Amino acid sequence: MSGSSGARTVLRLDSITKCFGALTANDRISFDLAEGEVLALLGENGAGKTTLMNILFGHYTADEGGVEVFGQPLPPGEPRAALSSGVGMVHQHFTLADNLTVLDNVILGTQSIWRTALGTGAARRKLADLATSFGLEVDPDARVGTLTVGERQRVEILKALYRDARILILDEPTAVLTPQEADALFGTLRKAVAQGMSVIFISHKLHEVMAIANRVVVLRHGKVVGRVATAETDRHKLAEMMVGAEIAPVAPRPATPGPALLSLDQVSTPSEGAAPGLAKVSLDLRAGQITGLAGVSGNGQVALADLIGGLIAPASGEMRLGNAPVEDWSPRAALAHRIGRIPEDRHKTGTIADFSLTENAILEAYPSAGFSRRGWMRWSAARDFAREVIDTYDVRCPGPETPIRLLSGGNMQKLILGRVLEDAPRIVLANQPVRGLDIGAVTYVQEQLIKARDGGAAVLLISEDLDEVLALSDVIHVMSEGRLSPEFARGTMTPAELGVWMAGDGFAEGSHAA
Amino acid sequence: MRLEPIADPGMGRTLGLPAIALTLTVIAASGLALVAGGDPFSVLGLIVQGAVGSKFALLETLNRATPLIFTGLAVAVAFRAKLWNIGAEAQLYGGAVITVLLGTGFLPWPSGILLPTLVIASMVTGALLLLGPAILKTRLGVDEVVTTLLLNFIALLFVSMLLEGPMKDPMGMGWPKSERLVAEARLPRLIEGLRLHWGFGLALISAGVVWVIQTRTTLGYEMRAVGLNAQAARFAGIPVGKVILKTAFLSGGLAALAGFSEVAGLKGSLTLDLSPGFGYTGIIVAMLALLNPLGVVISALFVAGIFVGADSMSRAAGVPTYIADILLALALLSMVLAIMLTRFRVVRG
Repeated sequence: MSGSSGARTVLRLDSITKCFGALTANDRISFDLAEGEVLALLGENGAGKTTLMNILFGHYTADEGGVEVFGQPLPPGEPRAALSSGVGMVHQHFTLADNLTVLDNVILGTQSIWRTALGTGAARRKLADLATSFGLEVDPDARVGTLTVGERQRVEILKALYRDARILILDEPTAVLTPQEADALFGTLRKAVAQGMSVIFISHKLHEVMAIANRVVVLRHGKVVGRVATAETDRHKLAEMMVGAEIAPVAPRPATPGPALLSLDQVSTPSEGAAPGLAKVSLDLRAGQITGLAGVSGNGQVALADLIGGLIAPASGEMRLGNAPVEDWSPRAALAHRIGRIPEDRHKTGTIADFSLTENAILEAYPSAGFSRRGWMRWSAARDFAREVIDTYDVRCPGPETPIRLLSGGNMQKLILGRVLEDAPRIVLANQPVRGLDIGAVTYVQEQLIKARDGGAAVLLISEDLDEVLALSDVIHVMSEGRLSPEFARGTMTPAELGVWMAGDGFAEGSHAA
Repeated sequence: MRLEPIADPGMGRTLGLPAIALTLTVIAASGLALVAGGDPFSVLGLIVQGAVGSKFALLETLNRATPLIFTGLAVAVAFRAKLWNIGAEAQLYGGAVITVLLGTGFLPWPSGILLPTLVIASMVTGALLLLGPAILKTRLGVDEVVTTLLLNFIALLFVSMLLEGPMKDPMGMGWPKSERLVAEARLPRLIEGLRLHWGFGLALISAGVVWVIQTRTTLGYEMRAVGLNAQAARFAGIPVGKVILKTAFLSGGLAALAGFSEVAGLKGSLTLDLSPGFGYTGIIVAMLALLNPLGVVISALFVAGIFVGADSMSRAAGVPTYIADILLALALLSMVLAIMLTRFRVVRG
């Protein structure tokens, strides 16, 4: 192993294995973390990073293998053990109480419940010391609910440091940050390691890993597929390792685009909490063409998917199907216009876990004459349809009466895909269609989308995975803060050029005002 | 210790655990009977005998089960769609009030027309009583647990006002009770010569109808979808708000039938003690039945049997009837635990 120096090992994971049913989420994963280094854990969604951290923190028990912290074995399945031995974690989704102050949040849970007075004086001094020495300035008396996302992350880090963490684990910390905030975070991490802290930095963003990490451990499908020092590698080599040779880029035949089936003209929608709405978006989805939408998560993709899926209506601007402007927009209206929708979250939005495959298969189509008549369900027809989807789309399951929660993500997605494509949709909205799927399912879903395109459907592919967008799309748009870039034809843009747009920089030129 | 979901519980777990739960309930109840100074075997024996031991006892149990089937169905229907209707008590009194208003001579119709009219009027009244909280829930996100619960007290006080005022029986010697229903508004006996009225028949029919609605109709499919995952239901195009309102209509109507059936079948007039908490006991009935409408019939009979049996046991053995309440509470708790253990496995570490 290419350790950076002779620094002592503070954390050792020894052949950690964890299976969920047929899926091996972690397959004999081993690595060491040395004192004073930043180790990046790199891998795609579903590579096993989160499972590994859940094992380290005792939320899951590993089937095999063990964890050592500062030379002491960590008892499995005890969340407090990792914390008390000096490991702190900053989760992707913050665990702060919004209506308490920063100080309260930091000391929450560190005080004995028998103490009558909160020793806030000492806590306040300690917090101030930590804030100055690590560059984590934040008002201790501000209520967390009023802070920006970047500030909240600082509070999370302070929380870990306050508990005397010597090992800091950050799970996708930059996913919610602006580039400036990310730079500030990197500054903090550099100060931390300079003072002897050790950091595990979990990410799938290559340039960040190259910028901050000393060493990289690459995970793919639950296995360690590479260990390198960042000094001895580059982004391309890391990308190859991360994605693997299996994803030979799907190379669809050139598209033969037809007329626009759905057009947005200067459409805006209101923002929902932290998620931005659409800002004067103009977009044409043409028949026989895959339109790819790239962008950092949380930049308006949700609003666009909800708009086309029928969940929200334009606040201003015009949405046209064919040549007719739409009125009374709803999921039912979208379905009536033959818009097939693959939702982002197949567990929460796409399916009902306790419903059978049959009941899930007809979730959208049950009001139609085939599946019900005058308010009476026609279950035998529904079962036949479910069987057909199961056969045609190769859904591996015991039968149509099985609750769908017993299926793997890939098979669940195949059922949704079948539900959508069996209706021969004219427009397909595919929102993160392959997230978290294994390779076989990924290829299958992508092939089906291409097939739908070749059959004349207009496909909108929304993905955070730039490589997927580049491989599948005939034309690409980039979204940033609710704005949509102009259309780029296949092969005209490099990932780096798209990255500029993803960071929101191309828009300043105003060249796309159509 | 923590819980791990069980993918597929299997028949042994699904049926075995509730059976163990009920056995444990009986054992715990025996202990209580012992503490209360009775012989456990004779106390339990007397409860069973008092519930089903004679024709009289059995009919009493069936009569007592009738309102519980209605309120149990009302709760089961609502809870299935995650509409937390705690207000069956208010809806029951709504049905009773409208039955008295229309059935004391106001509508001079023959039985064949009057009784169906009263059924419909009761159902509509109960439905409207739940529609308010349901609209507040779907439009403004007001918690229906609070609104339906508080409506129970409002309804009871309102009935009290009516019985002290406009609806007071002038011939009632000053008692707060309504006039008696006319003969045409009374439910006939189910079987001639047996003290069991048609309310029980109506309850069985209602259970069957609810079962058919839930399993065979689009409304039932929509109600289950909304209850299990409203987000997915909304995405799929199911009009979630409308489904909740329809559910409220059905649930409120069913609860009101309990009031109708008690007044028209059993009591003949309205008093403030018409319901000894049938609306709340309906929640226990529905939970014990796992919200299954046909199961509601069985669990209502079980609950009614324990109440009726405990009354008779108390007279014979001198053990207080409170043991019935404790028995039910224990049955509910152990049942809830059993349900949880069919879905989750307790794992150490």
